[in-house]
Amino acid sequence: MYKREMVTFDGNEATAHVAHQVSEVIAIYPITPSSAMGEHADAKSARGETNIWGTVPSVVEMQSEGGAAGAVHGALQTGALSTTFTASQGLLLMIPSMFKIAGELTPTVFHVSARAVACQALSIFGDQSDVMGVRSTGFALLASGSVQEAMDQALIAHAATLEARVPFVHFFDGFRTSSELNKIEQLGTGDIRAMIDDELVFAHRARALNPDRPVLRGTSQNPDVYFQGRETVNPFYLKTPEIVQKAMDKFAGIVGRQYHLFDYVGAPDAERVIVLMGSGVETAHETVEYVVNRGEKVGVLKVRLYRPFSIKHFIDALPKTTRLIAALDRTKEPGSAGEPLYLDCVNAITESGLDIRVIGGRYGLSSKEFNPAMIKGVFDEMKKAEPKNHFTVGIIDDVTHTSIAYDPKFNIESDDTIRAMFFGLGSDGTVGANHNSIRIIGDYTPNYAQGYFVYDSKKAGTVTVSHLRFGPRPIRQTCLISSANFIGCHQFVFLEKYDVLESAAEGAVFLLNSPYSVDEVWDQLPRPVQQTIIDKKLKFFVIDAYSVAKDTGMGVRINTIMQTCFFAISGVLPRDEAISAIKSEIERAYGKKGKDVVQKNFEAVDQTLANLHEVKVPAKATSTIEMPPTVSPLAPEFVQEVTAEIMARRGDSLPVSKMPVDGTYPTATTQWEKRNVALEIPVWDPEVCIQCGKCSLACPHASIRMKVYDAALLANAPETFKSVDARGKEFKGMKFTIQVAPEDCTGCGVCVEACPAKNKTEPSRKAINLQPQIPLRFPERENFAFFMSIPDYDRSQLNVATVKGSQLLRPLFEFSGACAGCGETPYVKLLTQLFGDRAVISNATGCSSIYGGNLPTTPYAQDSNGRGPAWNNSLFEDNAEFGLGFRLTLDKHSEFARELVGALRDDIGSDLADALLNAVQTDEDSIAAQRARVVQLKDKLQTIAKPQAKQLFSLAETLVKRSVWILGGDGWAYDIGYGGLDHVLASGRNVNVLVLDTGVYSNTGGQMSKATPRGAVAKFAAAGKPLPKKDLGLMAMNYSYVYVAKVAFGANDNQTVKAFVEAEAYNGPSLIIAYSHCIAHGYDLAKGLDQQKLAVDAGYWPLYRFDPRRAATGESPLMLDSAPPKIDLAKYTGNETRYRVVEQMDPARFKMLAERAQREVTMRFGVYEQLAKLAFPVTKP
Amino acid sequence: MDLSTTYLGLKLPHPVMPGASPMVDHLDLVKRLEDAGAAAITMHSLFEEQITREQQGMVYHMELLDHGNAEALSYFPQAGEFRLGPYQYLEQVRLVKQTVALPVIGSLNGTTSEGWLEYAKLIEQAGADALELNVYHVAADPAESGDAVEQRVIDIVREVKSTVTVPVAVKLSPFYSSVAHLAARLDAAGVDGLVLFNRFYQPDIDLQELAITSQLSLSRSQDLLLRLRWIAVLYGRLKATMAVTGGVHTAADALKSVMAGASAVQTVSSLLLNGPEHIKVIVDGMRAWLEEHEYESLAQARGSMSLERSPNPAAFERANYMKVLAAYQMKIA
Repeated sequence: MYKREMVTFDGNEATAHVAHQVSEVIAIYPITPSSAMGEHADAKSARGETNIWGTVPSVVEMQSEGGAAGAVHGALQTGALSTTFTASQGLLLMIPSMFKIAGELTPTVFHVSARAVACQALSIFGDQSDVMGVRSTGFALLASGSVQEAMDQALIAHAATLEARVPFVHFFDGFRTSSELNKIEQLGTGDIRAMIDDELVFAHRARALNPDRPVLRGTSQNPDVYFQGRETVNPFYLKTPEIVQKAMDKFAGIVGRQYHLFDYVGAPDAERVIVLMGSGVETAHETVEYVVNRGEKVGVLKVRLYRPFSIKHFIDALPKTTRLIAALDRTKEPGSAGEPLYLDCVNAITESGLDIRVIGGRYGLSSKEFNPAMIKGVFDEMKKAEPKNHFTVGIIDDVTHTSIAYDPKFNIESDDTIRAMFFGLGSDGTVGANHNSIRIIGDYTPNYAQGYFVYDSKKAGTVTVSHLRFGPRPIRQTCLISSANFIGCHQFVFLEKYDVLESAAEGAVFLLNSPYSVDEVWDQLPRPVQQTIIDKKLKFFVIDAYSVAKDTGMGVRINTIMQTCFFAISGVLPRDEAISAIKSEIERAYGKKGKDVVQKNFEAVDQTLANLHEVKVPAKATSTIEMPPTVSPLAPEFVQEVTAEIMARRGDSLPVSKMPVDGTYPTATTQWEKRNVALEIPVWDPEVCIQCGKCSLACPHASIRMKVYDAALLANAPETFKSVDARGKEFKGMKFTIQVAPEDCTGCGVCVEACPAKNKTEPSRKAINLQPQIPLRFPERENFAFFMSIPDYDRSQLNVATVKGSQLLRPLFEFSGACAGCGETPYVKLLTQLFGDRAVISNATGCSSIYGGNLPTTPYAQDSNGRGPAWNNSLFEDNAEFGLGFRLTLDKHSEFARELVGALRDDIGSDLADALLNAVQTDEDSIAAQRARVVQLKDKLQTIAKPQAKQLFSLAETLVKRSVWILGGDGWAYDIGYGGLDHVLASGRNVNVLVLDTGVYSNTGGQMSKATPRGAVAKFAAAGKPLPKKDLGLMAMNYSYVYVAKVAFGANDNQTVKAFVEAEAYNGPSLIIAYSHCIAHGYDLAKGLDQQKLAVDAGYWPLYRFDPRRAATGESPLMLDSAPPKIDLAKYTGNETRYRVVEQMDPARFKMLAERAQREVTMRFGVYEQLAKLAFPVTKP
Repeated sequence: MDLSTTYLGLKLPHPVMPGASPMVDHLDLVKRLEDAGAAAITMHSLFEEQITREQQGMVYHMELLDHGNAEALSYFPQAGEFRLGPYQYLEQVRLVKQTVALPVIGSLNGTTSEGWLEYAKLIEQAGADALELNVYHVAADPAESGDAVEQRVIDIVREVKSTVTVPVAVKLSPFYSSVAHLAARLDAAGVDGLVLFNRFYQPDIDLQELAITSQLSLSRSQDLLLRLRWIAVLYGRLKATMAVTGGVHTAADALKSVMAGASAVQTVSSLLLNGPEHIKVIVDGMRAWLEEHEYESLAQARGSMSLERSPNPAAFERANYMKVLAAYQMKIA
């Protein structure tokens, strides 16, 4: 028999493997967690891999999922076999096209990694809310529960849709299946070939729009016939279940795995049956087998084809003995009579006239853990005389008391499976190494392997937890490890923050990366950790991986080292065999990329073994180190009770009552999360400092700040607090300090690069120098607290339109989870310094919404008056419109307030009324004056007993000028949100748009946008983008009434500050396009400022301000702020991996693209120069 | 007049060729060099750091944040398996080889015997007829002995010799405690040629920026003297052939080099100053001088002024120092 290859894939790759081979046109758009399917398809086409008919499928990235669905619809209508991949909001955007595609009986498969939809909050994690949202479109819904099934059923769906003519959504749970690595049997091209009937393909093509045989679709119909037309499809839907079963049977004949529309597992005489679909079925399957073996009469019915729902097949699959069904939904439909699967079960039982009771429950929203303990809990609930209906499992609902109890200690891990957990940082390569380990075990041994990875949501210093299982049988536990026989802790600091050993089984191996030696380490462990090691009889090993990495030229990458340790002591493989496999993998991964890299890795492997030691565990815990509290006792109650629990990885235990009901959270919470991720932090040298403020402006995390203050305040300063006489005549007699927030700094070093001052006796030192954090942590913590207690400089007395002036304003965006060295956040921070106390921010989904609003802590902060930015993220696509809505309200409300002031003029006094109505509010001083008047007004209003006074009281604050900001990345502004952005700019309303332009979809991993520059690689432009960057600024200038600025703070920070101030002051729409360096560019971000300068000097990023007000005086509105290109573009591009990769892959193409890019830069600058010289006729209004 | 010579086993019509320089990046200049009668083309150096840093840097930056975030498991496309390394250099060797009919000498610059040496083979495969190893190294480590420094040079040569079949020359700096001894060891290690001497980039201080700057100024004829001495010292004691580089501007400079014992004469500065056509000026000048002085061939002059054969060999050794010093003192007096 044909022997299929065993491969280690995740669900996305498994699905793409099939989808690519049975498609001709693939239209995609990135969205987590489905992006990887599109990326795999694109990579396959880029490598020249063909479909089963021998031609390479065409893969096209669209501007949105709506666009992708539209393109797929068009491709299908003209006869192509077409597919797409999506999730969550993406699937929702496809709905209108899906109705059309289904209505026209068009065969296609949309592959969906099912994900939560944004409601009270966005969540990237898995549940079936999105899929349930398309139930009414007419698409068939086919569910896969595992990585193997995802591959198998992808093929079954493609085969069935061609025959049924009903389009399919093939879905599997996001993350749990889409991103779980598992060893599976790969379908061969022959298998795929055999499943697809070419006659059906020809029939599909024959139905295509074709001018040689013209037909017309998409008519508009009236009450007379639309209804009848809608009923014509019934026969197709009635036949679909049988067609799918036929495809499943055919698949079984070819491949050997038999699926059914509903698969039952459990006791043949079961009385209690759980019904569910998706990844939960796998864990349920294992749990059912476990409890049935212990005598329980239970079972699980796995739903595969959910739509069309075949009552006949459903009833046939149920044991005749069934008395009670629990239908479990991985979705929530507020206000419904029950969730969809439950209602379908009720209906099926009722229509069949059976005497079976049905209850419904919800589980697993947003990848909430769903494990054997919870399944056992459901079965136990079903034993009760009056089991709860509409229950929840996996949470504590202390509000409406829906949750059922379960025993969290119940687990069914079997002894033949090795379970390993690894705690690492995103940047230390732990997850990558585990991917590699799974591949080694999968490829080099007959064992099965599974890997699942949990991430927190920070970009810098992400904590990752890897869950790996290895064993002789296929692994179908789709849940986290609850009892591990190996625990690797790759960061020593975790021991003080998390209960790393909570899941350790008795006698487990514990591997710790420790800066302390084998002799010293025991005394450095917190006491609870010591106690657990003793109590659980753990075998304890240490290695100083960072030293080994440093000594072997690996830098800070400890992945290879920790992986070697794992194989050396876990006993998964014989040691020598494992080491040689690791080396083979290194050779495979890097062999082509360079011998040097291979050699360094080999050396690291060899050195690891010499530096790995077992610690002799004493009989008693003797440490005096206790686990410190998660947050300071000074933190507010909500932070103590809720935020801190999430930070400590105990968020799963928070009950419903602790959660805000409408998604409203307090701001200014990052200050309580002392992350201590920096190895080195900046230290200020007051003698060298020229007090320019550049370090503060450039800091992505607001962790280096400056203040000018009264010298008398120093009386209470801590001993090591530094200060110097303030420079500048306006600050005469005052003191100046630059202070670092030692526990919030990420150590990126951008401030050092930004510092222009050099030490005269030692010019390699500047006014800011990096030094190791640990010795500085406590004194600088005290200094920072003192610094914060110094009053902020009176903002009404500052010239804020300068770098220094702006940096004396308090940042109201601090300590975000953005990447170390992020190029976006300095702009966001600047905006909050200048306008934060009166800003309302609408933020497009993307990096800026994640570091801006991801729990547990959020960076938008408050000033000493409690004022600060109010922020919301609606969606990716509607951000501009959302922000315009803010403006419309503020304009309406302030207009109404002004009307009321007029109406109440006599009551509030004409002087105050006139002053309120005539306030100019053009600078900080006049805004402060208006604020004072509003306070006065509110006082007065409380004494006026008129209904209008009450109205005005609730609107009075809108009399102070509000600043509306619309923030987002280039994916939003150039692509998915462009239509809305264009409309909002055209509206003429006073909104300020800040585009944080990285030139790629940064948040989802570097996919091409229309902002991607020519010649750079990005996902979906793997060979380097062949076309130039869209000139968004020039397009906006065409309106003639939009203020447009292009800025790059690394090249000219003064121009940046000026542009922000002007844009905000402009009483109309403003657009700022901000150069944002990004990790997706591939270089050390500490050099981000240098790269910005090179980008400007090369003319790639000309700085300008287009101010429509200038036209009134006859000047050109366009003012160029940078000189003509003075260096070759290559000087800029040569430093970034995104460009250099093209050079490595295809030097001729690189040269061609580089030459075109160079010409284009020269041409564009020439155009700007001419525009800047245009004279405008001055016309009288 | 027969100016022919054999350098690195290559039979050349005359000894004059461009030294390693950026001129080879421009194929039109390469062509002009050929038209001007250059005996061979020497590629500029491919630096060890270019190879290793490119590899490490790209791997580092592309993988740094792989699997670091739930939404972005990578930041670069996986398509297009590519090799890392300065492939454009190899491509340029290939193009230069296609452009001219002359022998092309590849050049590698590095100081350790590590992974980068695989490029020796790749340069050979790209069509180079010989290889010049530039072991530019500032011995700044107080813990490293002179012997260890030399040993590294020997190791590199052994390693490269074992991987390529084309002849290999080593370009040395004058800063070894015993240049002659090192030359003899290299000779014993099988090196086919010595190129004397490398010119160090000299660090300078930028007063405005308080930064170290480095720039390479063009050589002058005066720089030749150091080369003449050592070529003269070594001539006749080695199997390897020798080339002079640094300070050759005129036909006289070239003649002196040959008389000291050089089989090849490399020049860069004179070509940068006067254009590639200056090769012809030098070669014509040599021919004219030899004819005027009734030499039979250039071979007749080779080594005639070496330590072994010159009329006053002491001038190359210590006695020369005393005499010059004495003369200088007399001048002051």
